[in-house]
Amino acid sequence: MSTGQGAAAQGRPVAVPRVRAPRSFWQQSTRRLLKNRLAMVGLAVVLLYLIIAIVAPLVSPYDPAKQNYDAILLGPTGGHPLGTDGLGRDSLSRLVFGARTSLAVGLFTQLIVLTVGIPVGLVAAFSGRRSDNLLMRFVDIVFAFPDLLLIILLRAIFGGSIFMVFLAIGLVNWVIMARMVRGQALSLKEQEFVLAAKAIGVPWHSTLIRHVLPNALGPVVVLVAFGVPRAIFAEAALSYIGIGVTPPTPSWGTMVQDGYSVIFATPYPVLFPAVAIAVVMLAFTFLGDGLRDALDPRHAGLGKMR
Amino acid sequence: MGRYLAFRLAWLVPVLFGVALITFVLMHTVPGGPWDRDKQLAPQVVQNLNRRYGLDRPLYAQFGRYLWGLVRGDLGPTYTYQDRDVMVVIASGLPVTATLGGLAFLLALAVGFTLGFAAAVAQNSWVDYVSVLFATLFASIPAFVLGILLVIVFSVTLHWLPTSGWGTPAKLVMPVVALAALPAAYIARVVRASVLEVLRQDYVRTARAKGLTEQAIYGRHVLKNALIPILSILGPELAFLITGSFIIEQLFSIPGVGRLFVQGVFQRDYGLIMGSVLFYTLVIALLNLLVDMLYAVVDPRVRYA
Repeated sequence: MSTGQGAAAQGRPVAVPRVRAPRSFWQQSTRRLLKNRLAMVGLAVVLLYLIIAIVAPLVSPYDPAKQNYDAILLGPTGGHPLGTDGLGRDSLSRLVFGARTSLAVGLFTQLIVLTVGIPVGLVAAFSGRRSDNLLMRFVDIVFAFPDLLLIILLRAIFGGSIFMVFLAIGLVNWVIMARMVRGQALSLKEQEFVLAAKAIGVPWHSTLIRHVLPNALGPVVVLVAFGVPRAIFAEAALSYIGIGVTPPTPSWGTMVQDGYSVIFATPYPVLFPAVAIAVVMLAFTFLGDGLRDALDPRHAGLGKMR
Repeated sequence: MGRYLAFRLAWLVPVLFGVALITFVLMHTVPGGPWDRDKQLAPQVVQNLNRRYGLDRPLYAQFGRYLWGLVRGDLGPTYTYQDRDVMVVIASGLPVTATLGGLAFLLALAVGFTLGFAAAVAQNSWVDYVSVLFATLFASIPAFVLGILLVIVFSVTLHWLPTSGWGTPAKLVMPVVALAALPAAYIARVVRASVLEVLRQDYVRTARAKGLTEQAIYGRHVLKNALIPILSILGPELAFLITGSFIIEQLFSIPGVGRLFVQGVFQRDYGLIMGSVLFYTLVIALLNLLVDMLYAVVDPRVRYA
């Protein structure tokens, strides 16, 4: 800087050397993400969805469970912007509270996926051949299980509350996370900075937490971004079949099921929740694609992860 | 290759055993039993039924008996259809599920491939934009949501197509389209990316330089090489189609294997649950194996040792 100031004092234009702090990986990624228009659209919709879910009681015009037999199967009108269902409940209110349900399912299942999947993947990668083999064969078997079938079975067992829906979906989806984290950790294990840490005597658990985990975090974030819509879909599918969230709790899947039975009387009760599911899943996919392109440039443009 | 195939086939045994064990434990943990009815059966009747189907014996003995039956190709009895066993019931659903999945797969492949290829060849033209738009929109709309939207348009509004059932071509249209859209979109994306990647390769430039016609370049060099990454996603894609199909079966009241499973869970029909879970697991595993084998056939660089 001093050179620049000196030159400026002499009244000559100077080429100021570009002195810039090197950007960290996360700063670079954020910049890449912000430039991705589709991802920003996705992010905007996701944020809107989050806000609606959080302030649900404030924005819903009616009590979502309030039945009104004088106003059943109404189309969109002034009093009911999205119409009413077969029991005279306000569709907009149910949609808004349903967002809450699906968001809760999306977030809590990912919490289970993270708390089970990451440790299992790390332990498998760092604990030696035998336990790695054992863990991964178990993961293979759960992976071979058709996932929706397993979720339905678990759901039938657990019964009851919405927490059991989280548990059923989470207990099936952690294997994807475990596999991915193990793969990441295995390749990181051979990297020089991990070997260096080992050489200077850093204990293995702090190597894992300080060096391996942060470097595997990008793909984890991407997987979570794709995991949330998967879980939302699973909940909708379960509720549609009739073994998801129990009735008084509004859920988009339940609304679809209820609405489908009256589809020839009026399509609105099924149309709006179906569109809501599609829009939210689209938004999360846009965001997930953008996150992947930003965080993992090697895989940019190669279709989406499942 | 032969050894690898043998290894993969042998690995199916522990996988099926594991899935059978998990399913067995889970379904016997489900509260209630197959004899729960609205009208309570007499205890004596329940006792007799349990004895008749071996349900009065300890669980490990039941599981052992089931496995022994499985080895001999016997999937055991179902409590829902008294005159038929599980093998017969699943065999009756199989052609339906296979037709639905197979048609959807072919449609997805045809549409996805055409769109992806056209988009890559005419990159940045309106063809490209339309196909990318299609691929982006349909890549994340679940089949049953799309199915419902189709019903609203083609059954409720236009009265063109029937909403449910099986057996006539008209009844096939919506389920197949609903099931095929998502994989088609996904295939289109991968094909486009993969063709674009191949077009940048040196051997394509060489082919152009030595004066090959565009037709020969695409037919001879691009198509073959672009197929490789596509094959690698077809396995998971097929698996997804198959598990996805049972919600579509539910939505359009199609009498396939998927409906049998749902019915089995609701009625605690242990034989049906086990049979359909094992069926799905086996089909998915075999399809993945088939795709991995094709992979080695198409790409000589891939060697399985």
